[in-house]
Amino acid sequence: MFDSSALLRQRFAALRSTAELFSLRHVKQSHQALSVRRNVAEPPFFSQDEGAMLTVRVQGVEAYAATADLSQQGLQRALEHAEALARQIARHSLLDLRDQPVTNARHDHVSPNFDRPLPTLADCLGLLAAESASVPKDSRLVDWQASLSQSLVEQTYLNSAGAELRHAQRFLFPGLGVTASDGQDSQSRSLGRDNFGQQGGFEIIERCGLVGAARRVADEALQLLMAPNTPSGQRDLLLMPDQMMLQIHESIGHPLEMDRILGDERNYAGTSFVKASDFGHLQYGSPLLNVTFDPTIAEELASYSYDDDGSQASKQFLIREGLLLRPLGGALSQYRSGLDGVANSRACGWNRAPIDRMANLNIEPGEQTLEQLIEGIEHGILMRTNRSWSIDDARNKFQFGCEWGQLIEDGELKGIVKNPNYRGISAQFWRNLAAVGDRSTFQVLGTPNCGKGEPNQVVRVGHAAPACVFRQIDVFGGDA
Amino acid sequence: MSATAQQSFEQLVNALHDARQAEEQFTLGYSAEQSQFVRFNHAKVRQAGEVSQASAQLRLIRDGRQAEQQVTLSGDAELDPQRLREALEQLRQTLPLLAVDPYLRLDENPWRSHSLQQQALPELSEVLELLDREAGDLDLVGIYAAGPVCRGFASSYGAFGWHQANSFNFDWSLFHSNGQAVKANYAGQLWNATDFTARLRQAREQLGFLGRPAVTLKPGSYRAYLAPAAMDEIAGMLCWGGFSAQALATGNSALQRLYSGDARLSPLVSFAEQVSGSLSPAFSDEGSPRLDVPLIQHGQAVDRLVSARSAVEFELLANGADSHESPCALSLAPGTLAPEEILQRLGTGLYISNLWYLNYSDLPAARMTGLTRFATFWVEGGEIKGPVSTMRFDDSLYSLLGSQLEDLTREREMILSTSTYGQRSTGSSHLPGALVKGLTLTL
Repeated sequence: MFDSSALLRQRFAALRSTAELFSLRHVKQSHQALSVRRNVAEPPFFSQDEGAMLTVRVQGVEAYAATADLSQQGLQRALEHAEALARQIARHSLLDLRDQPVTNARHDHVSPNFDRPLPTLADCLGLLAAESASVPKDSRLVDWQASLSQSLVEQTYLNSAGAELRHAQRFLFPGLGVTASDGQDSQSRSLGRDNFGQQGGFEIIERCGLVGAARRVADEALQLLMAPNTPSGQRDLLLMPDQMMLQIHESIGHPLEMDRILGDERNYAGTSFVKASDFGHLQYGSPLLNVTFDPTIAEELASYSYDDDGSQASKQFLIREGLLLRPLGGALSQYRSGLDGVANSRACGWNRAPIDRMANLNIEPGEQTLEQLIEGIEHGILMRTNRSWSIDDARNKFQFGCEWGQLIEDGELKGIVKNPNYRGISAQFWRNLAAVGDRSTFQVLGTPNCGKGEPNQVVRVGHAAPACVFRQIDVFGGDA
Repeated sequence: MSATAQQSFEQLVNALHDARQAEEQFTLGYSAEQSQFVRFNHAKVRQAGEVSQASAQLRLIRDGRQAEQQVTLSGDAELDPQRLREALEQLRQTLPLLAVDPYLRLDENPWRSHSLQQQALPELSEVLELLDREAGDLDLVGIYAAGPVCRGFASSYGAFGWHQANSFNFDWSLFHSNGQAVKANYAGQLWNATDFTARLRQAREQLGFLGRPAVTLKPGSYRAYLAPAAMDEIAGMLCWGGFSAQALATGNSALQRLYSGDARLSPLVSFAEQVSGSLSPAFSDEGSPRLDVPLIQHGQAVDRLVSARSAVEFELLANGADSHESPCALSLAPGTLAPEEILQRLGTGLYISNLWYLNYSDLPAARMTGLTRFATFWVEGGEIKGPVSTMRFDDSLYSLLGSQLEDLTREREMILSTSTYGQRSTGSSHLPGALVKGLTLTL
């Protein structure tokens, strides 16, 4: 761990610059992706990536240059490119950052069980092959895949004010998916994949429940294939955590990103229905809604001590009892807006600059068991596992779809339905939050695929949530 | 980067030939770029940087087994071959752990391909000054990305492909004070300040329409014109497994009913993977020369995109598709609708410049949902009345490009991908606009 640190320190110390501030963010990543599809192992894929971003501030104007040439000359060259660019854009720059504070913090952050070795490649492939082989033989089961990917990331941030921030993290993404088809219709059921990822070691596989799950997942895909379509109409909606994460992500996370509110993302990811003046005033949801930025749940995907700009991360309520309190805005957005934010300035790698991102965005648990949530519904539907997501550029009008639906009548779970979709408007949806599950319903989940930014970036984000009930939501099914 | 990038790649290939053992075969993919990225907000520079990156993707094959490793390259003539040799060694240790891969098939032809386009790009200062002069008073937001992009491929069988092009992609929006916006793009390989200025002025003129009182629509079915950029979003959804041989064989394609003959599109619809004439490399990431492939002709499925792996698994003929079997240069044949007749033929309905955030609400039924974004207008009697607030649609492709399709435009737009996830994309699409009798709005 941190094998590069001594050399990086030495080379950083030898860099020469006339900038009032400069920094180096070195990122070294390795990745391994294994999968077994229809009982045949796909070719294993490995990657090794290493590079650095040099950022300068020249008379309040910042610019960067990213390079994989980590020699002394390579780093110096990148630094000079960044300086030249900062001077070139000075007359056109939107921001004057001369007075923006600079961190000088020093800290190491390491994922739980980082040093504990994982099973060998052969053992991992064996595990996936066994899971694949346990999918029952049924001509309607046309596709299935068991997968496991892992990423190791080491990052070192150094700046000319004396900061040295390092983190070493390991991420695992187990997954299983089965598709059933009758030639006309197809239905898929999955476990993990893009809905489940955590930091840590092999314990993540156990928490995911991958081992021994294939038969159940395949059976659920077949059940869906034979199920009727979700009926259309207004119903109470019980969302399980693996759909709550998408609901939080799209209709709370993105609208609260301060760079969107400041207009940076209007050409691509979009803007927000939330205005800067709403913080401290807007009743975002019902009094049951408590939303936190929480980097302290060790296994959650985006737990860290400092963000990529060097701000210290701590748990903060973004929404408390339904009232909107603070945005997802890192140090720069806080400086620009004058609002308190969180440490969420993040980059996907050495070749992209940090911007406001979600990190761990969670809903705090309430007081009802799953049974109590169901008992409290007279005419409703349970939905689990996201499969479709679409929301407008202001993050207001949404339509989401799930893999699995189950009707609820008079407080009891009834028949399974396929193609469960629902739609609503963020600004109203969360005010219909009627019940929040307790800690027994709470799950720590996350996805590796949050896209945003120009140039584009994909980052890992964590979402932990209980099951939640929303009153009178517009639900509907598919065409056939 | 011009000659040296290719030389660097050739040195890596030579290093691999030297390190290869008799029973081993390899393929080596290469990807590099030197990019300027400048973000704008309120017509000022919000964030600017340069990125220099290169990577190689090595696949080792031996005894019917294969594994791949990607390594980032530093540009150092000694370090990079060493990294490749280390990758080779790791793959050698991996292969004995694997079962024989029944779907392994390699293109063993020693094909050659070479494309080098080195038109000069503008100085950044020129772009900034032009922007300041032409749009300094506007609320412009977007990104300018420019620089050389390289793709390479070589194999132990003697195949060698090189693609290098200087390109730029300026993608921006102009915002009216009421929050409405118009989107524009100027991209290609040959920068022309006059053309760029014309694009900017054209977008500025469209802002005028956005200042008219907004029109609020209720959910329902509306006559609509979908401009090429909006069609690009729909085509993008079809690229998401729609034409993939694997997806079609495993119930995961939105076009499975079309390919099974249980559904059809309008006879006006003919899609093709049209690599020739596009900006994409002439070879796939798997190391095969790409082919032009007719996908849908006159509303009926013709061919699908078949990778080498799918060819074995599903007993098909490979046709130069990438490993993920997604089109890189999707083309939709034009219709007869003349540009000057669009508003008149639309009559009363929606003029939709762009769509946004599409996804499937029922994949096997090819039913998709998404939203209007950027310059959507309500038109009455062939005249623009005002902008329409964001609306959601939810409709089947078999309706939009099937029973409800009235015509396609005679002129098409070549749309260059603005994607920069990981690296700058070389993908493109060539699409007309579409006039449809009914588009279902739901929210």
